[in-house]
Amino acid sequence: MTGLGATAAMLPGIPVVGHAISPERALEKIDTPLKKQMADVALNAARSKGATYTDVRIGRYLNQFIITREDKVQTIVNTESYGMGIRVIANGSWGFAATDRLDNDSIGKAADLAVSIAKENSRLLREPVQLAPQKGYGEVAWKAPIEKNAFEVPIKEKVDLLLAVNDAALKGGADFINNNLFMVNEQKYFASSEGSYIDQDIHRIYPTFTVTKIDAATGKFDTRDSLSAPVGMGYEYLYPRPEDKIQGLTMLYKKRYDMLEDVKAAAEQAGQKLKAKSVEPGKYDLILDPSHLWLTIHESTGHPTELDRVLGYEANFAGTSFLTLDKWESKKFNYGNKLVNIFADKEQTGTLGAVGYDDEGVKCGRWDIIKEGVLVNYQATRDQAHILQLAASQGCCYADNWSSVQFQRMPNVSLMPGKEKKTIDELIKGVEKGIYIIGDGSFSIDQQRYNFQFGGQLFYEIKNGKIAGMLRDVAYQSNTQEFWNSCAGIADESDYRFGGSFFDGKGQPMQVSAVSHGSSTTRFNGVNVINTARKLV
Amino acid sequence: MGILTKDEAQALLKKILSYSKADECEVNISGTNTGNIRYARNSVSTSGSIIQTNIVVSSAFGKKLGVATINELDDVSLEKVVRRSEDLAQLAPENPEYVPFLGPQKFQDSVTYVSATAAITPKLRADAVAKSLQVAKDSKLVAAGFLEDANGFAAMMNSKGLFAYNTSTNVNFSITMRTEDGKGSGYATRGYNDITKLDTKAATKIAADKGLKSATAQAIEPGKYTVILEPAAAAVLIENIFYGLDARQADEGRSFLSRPGGKTSLGEKLVDERVTMYSDPWNPELPTSPWTGDGRPQEKTVWIEKGVVKNLTYSRYWAQKKGVKAIPQPDGWIMEGGTKSLDELIKSTKKGILVTRLWYIRNVDPQTLLLTGLTRDGTFYIENGVIKFPIKNFRFNESPVIMLNNLEELGKVERTVSVESNTNYLLPPMKIRDFTFTSLSDAV
Repeated sequence: MTGLGATAAMLPGIPVVGHAISPERALEKIDTPLKKQMADVALNAARSKGATYTDVRIGRYLNQFIITREDKVQTIVNTESYGMGIRVIANGSWGFAATDRLDNDSIGKAADLAVSIAKENSRLLREPVQLAPQKGYGEVAWKAPIEKNAFEVPIKEKVDLLLAVNDAALKGGADFINNNLFMVNEQKYFASSEGSYIDQDIHRIYPTFTVTKIDAATGKFDTRDSLSAPVGMGYEYLYPRPEDKIQGLTMLYKKRYDMLEDVKAAAEQAGQKLKAKSVEPGKYDLILDPSHLWLTIHESTGHPTELDRVLGYEANFAGTSFLTLDKWESKKFNYGNKLVNIFADKEQTGTLGAVGYDDEGVKCGRWDIIKEGVLVNYQATRDQAHILQLAASQGCCYADNWSSVQFQRMPNVSLMPGKEKKTIDELIKGVEKGIYIIGDGSFSIDQQRYNFQFGGQLFYEIKNGKIAGMLRDVAYQSNTQEFWNSCAGIADESDYRFGGSFFDGKGQPMQVSAVSHGSSTTRFNGVNVINTARKLV
Repeated sequence: MGILTKDEAQALLKKILSYSKADECEVNISGTNTGNIRYARNSVSTSGSIIQTNIVVSSAFGKKLGVATINELDDVSLEKVVRRSEDLAQLAPENPEYVPFLGPQKFQDSVTYVSATAAITPKLRADAVAKSLQVAKDSKLVAAGFLEDANGFAAMMNSKGLFAYNTSTNVNFSITMRTEDGKGSGYATRGYNDITKLDTKAATKIAADKGLKSATAQAIEPGKYTVILEPAAAAVLIENIFYGLDARQADEGRSFLSRPGGKTSLGEKLVDERVTMYSDPWNPELPTSPWTGDGRPQEKTVWIEKGVVKNLTYSRYWAQKKGVKAIPQPDGWIMEGGTKSLDELIKSTKKGILVTRLWYIRNVDPQTLLLTGLTRDGTFYIENGVIKFPIKNFRFNESPVIMLNNLEELGKVERTVSVESNTNYLLPPMKIRDFTFTSLSDAV
């Protein structure tokens, strides 16, 4: 809206869903029998109004954001969003209504509105919704296997860590540091007219900083972002362990992150970036670290294999896909070469996409998407499964809030590590003229997912198998199919790491989702690199 | 809670403030009713209705601030939210950048509310979409579109006597029309405060025309070209200048407005002298709120005048530190244009490219505001004043600052919507020379 005074001014630029609460309140749980009782009210009300299918999601979405810069805490926000979303099928059409008033009368009215909307819209329907069969699970529960609930950690402990990190950055020569910690807890209850009552508890955490270094004389500046990943974990992610570190040109992190160590490197590297050699444009062999490659996988494999895009449901906004159904039906479309095996997995521990059941009550699992380079599958929900002749949904349904309608969202989509033993050093040794890229940067891809451009955080020139110093102004442009066919080596599983997106956007109204992408360091041959330096006239 | 009148909002705010024991207390209330309908593959897909209210209480003890929120309105809950914000303030570390709340301010009445928009029903939405779907049927194209409307109020009051109130409505519509074989695609978008101005049939016809004409696109070499950016395409580039006008970022040396030696380009010529950008909450075509969430009045402000940077946006803290007026970021931006229609701009073009829409815009280098992204949904080659043929989409790498130095001509201003930020602007179509396309895309 353009006309209201912005009441959310307390957190400019940061998506806040819900309202602020005290830290203590976030630890209170909603009673499961009460949720079942409210869900049954909605299920019965919708059925009595003529719904042939109903699902109810009662969600409590908790966020805690701590926003700091240099020696200051700018904002600490605790938000809670609690309410119910009711989705129905009536006259063969979907209808949806949501309410934050959870008395029987309000629930009944919302169910009525959902059915009315479905009936109103059914006159514009071309074919009725077809749901893949799904058995009711009865009363079941799933909890993310976290070690330390981040909401239980005192605010002071978190603030002390962030300010210590900021102090280390400034002592290390940084001019500025913006350092934020995002924590999410989704307490979701799902019930359907098919007999499922599913209670789930999901946790995510995302520490992220940007260090800025300025050369006042020339007016030039550069930044280095943290090499952390957003993860589906508790606060234990911020307790470093030696076995989760990979010492290379810079320290790389697996299942635990050492923020203090990374910021010291970041302060130094931001200065090095300012003085680095500007890249000569041309073809290079790229060695891509998992802290970078996750985003290329996300954009060039994750999104084009979303079945709603393939079918045209996102044509007006996020776009369609070059991976059309005929390419899948042919069983021989070479998306990449034989080294490329990409799979979906909603069960990997510690990932952003890990849940027991999706937001339409389907148990989650794992399946291949690209097998030895060939497109073999997509990502589907219950109302899409029949298009792929699947007997059941793949469990890819998600809504970012009780007030949002659930739709097809990306599961974790990951590149399988190389089968033969291979280290990062061995990959670099084989490159004559190349660039080793660590960390994600600027990213952009077309609406059918052919043409992309990616930047990064750290760029190292490789000459005759050896690192020859740092580069700047680097971005690579390629075409998805060409890129994955240029894959020339993947490190083994000892290097396997996850990156991910905390705020992946899709849909109208836009919803965010969080998803992880795993890979080991990978080589791609002959990729077009451009120089991004410009001068303002 | 629904939409509270000014008197109702004032009474509620007074009651909440009466519970405060803090040094300072400020309360913001908002209520919005939103409705939407989405369609694709010539059929409605999802639609919904959401009613949400929010009360935000900010309490301060010295330089320690706590914020808490609630959506329950009984007296017990209201007192509880005030106490909770006070508890949080006591827990918070002292913020050296804390600035005390503002005292009473004078606000002009707004023109942001249109009752017809507030009265939209699910049936009206479905009827508007039915008109769009009829165009798809008649032209044998595949439609995907989205209509979203909102009406709401916002009010605030603090312990220093400041009170503000506003109501507002808005409707955004966008439509993509694709050929059945997927070889052509066209787009149009509209935004208004007043639903009666929205003609979904007319907008869909424009998208249909572009969809049909963009089929069988030819590839031409990437490189530097003269381009005509339609307002929807210009919006996603120009808004990066709007949101980059922050004084602190510039003063700190980390903005495209920063200059060597700790200076900024405030007062300097940044772009072509035909470029003037301003904001005006009372512009009848783009009315916005007369106040900000922290209680500052919004005034008509010139940001760039004849190519020279005239004003930057300031937080209250940064303005105090610099000893200048704390001009807030506006809710709506306007760029002056010329008198020519889009057709006239095309007619005066010897060789060039018409761009309907740009997509997936990302900052590549904040130092130069270099952006990358792609053309989409209707890109055409112009020769000797006429559209010759559709062309395949391009990726560009271009800075809107450099682009506005390569300005050829501006057309007539119209209201448009950014597909990136969903924000409404008044912008002209613009002809730019030497726009940098760096690679081809096969996407349609």
